[in-house]
Amino acid sequence: MSEVSDAITQAHHEEWARVVAALTRRFGDLDIAEEAAAEAFATAVEKWPADGVPPNPGAWLTTTANRRAIDRLRRENKRPDKQKEAQMSYDVPSEPLGAIDDPRLRLIFTCCHPALAMEARIALTLRMVGGLTVPEIARAFLAQESTVGQRITRAKGKIKAARIPYRVPSAEDLPGRVSGVLAVLFLVFNEGYLATAADTDPVRHELTAEAIRLTRLIRGLLPNDGETAGLLALMLLTESRRTARVSAHGELVTLDEQDRGSWDGELIAQGHQLVRERLATGMAPGRYQLLAAINAVHTSARDVRDTDWSQIVALYDQLVRLDPSPIVILNRAIAVAELDGPDVALGIVDRLEDKLETYHAFHATRADLLRRLGRSKQSRAAYDKAIELAGNTAETAYLTRRRDQLG
Amino acid sequence: MQYLVSVIDDRTASATDDELAAIDGFNERIQADGSWVFAGGLAAPSSATVIDNRDGAAVFTDGPFVESKEYLAGFWVLEAPDLDVALRLAAEGSRACHRRVEVRPFL
Repeated sequence: MSEVSDAITQAHHEEWARVVAALTRRFGDLDIAEEAAAEAFATAVEKWPADGVPPNPGAWLTTTANRRAIDRLRRENKRPDKQKEAQMSYDVPSEPLGAIDDPRLRLIFTCCHPALAMEARIALTLRMVGGLTVPEIARAFLAQESTVGQRITRAKGKIKAARIPYRVPSAEDLPGRVSGVLAVLFLVFNEGYLATAADTDPVRHELTAEAIRLTRLIRGLLPNDGETAGLLALMLLTESRRTARVSAHGELVTLDEQDRGSWDGELIAQGHQLVRERLATGMAPGRYQLLAAINAVHTSARDVRDTDWSQIVALYDQLVRLDPSPIVILNRAIAVAELDGPDVALGIVDRLEDKLETYHAFHATRADLLRRLGRSKQSRAAYDKAIELAGNTAETAYLTRRRDQLG
Repeated sequence: MQYLVSVIDDRTASATDDELAAIDGFNERIQADGSWVFAGGLAAPSSATVIDNRDGAAVFTDGPFVESKEYLAGFWVLEAPDLDVALRLAAEGSRACHRRVEVRPFL
């Protein structure tokens, strides 16, 4: 029994997007595709324990979902509904089959269309491509189930009414569209890596895993896209430190205090490989590639004392040129503190106050620099402010301990 | 599939000669490729009259049905196979008339 339920879970993980994508292509309608896919999985739950797991679960699920969709359309078509008929006969015109013509990729690009609001893109991607349920998405993003449900319904409505095409964008649109897709996947990953709720687990592995899986999918189909490789490397190198990042007491463990022996060597090797591949192209790196390279330097050091801080500052210098946002400047300052000392870093950080006053990491960084400079009273005030603004439970616990350790 | 491309502006008949020439050029191009259905500029909302004849006794009211700083100053009706094509045409239209535009599909 548990073998069968494992097989269903695995099939859901591996085949959901493929089934939804195949049906979307055939029927040109996300609602029909999603409902039929859900029915096919429900049928599997019912039948597989008695009949056994079919030799090709993906094909079984697609066939079953196709039959369900046709049954549904026949039932609904008995009503004189011109639109429904039009949808049924509406066949997606065949386009040239290129290297990137993958039904799942079409689905990702449709769900991440720039004409949809960012929140809708995330919810729709997790639902249609990731197969997450509405309550799961609501939990992940601390939204009401009804809000998430509405977002998805409204996004599907817009796709249908405005006729957002189900296809990988044309070559001229592709670079712009890929960056939107990567932005969605990065947000999903970050929410998993540093969950913002006071009442959720500090790390939500199901979200980081899903983001990595989807990014791998895009990487597999667009192997020459530098930023896709960069984002995948960034996710893998970040994920490699996941278990070392929160202590047994649920407290955040900062990079310098982590047990480097518990980092995932396999993920690090994959991440380093991707970073090396990108370096070898000699092409100018984008934002994700630079962030991945910074993480590669960190994960190359067996001991925090071996960290090549000058390399990290140099990479941040490149990043600031691409993205001179206050958060990037703040992160650069943290590396500068290791290279040039906390006083130099504090000078940079203090200039960001206007822009980052409400950002907890700004106050946490200041608190740490002031502590290292022996300015305990000011450090305590900065920790207080950081604790007040931090949402992640592990981070709050860490900041509270550091504050209470001040002399 | 037809799309309404609304031109958003806070002034009326404010296009410069260069903009008018660019709009003409864009119109000619989309007429040639079959995307053009109709287009026009509209007089200011202050010229509007609202009519309510729901009860069979028409009431005429001076002024637009909604007051706003920005309003519909003109529009295109375009024929396009899907939103991506409509967005590409609308982007060209926005560039030609040098105004923001909004794209909405017809039912």
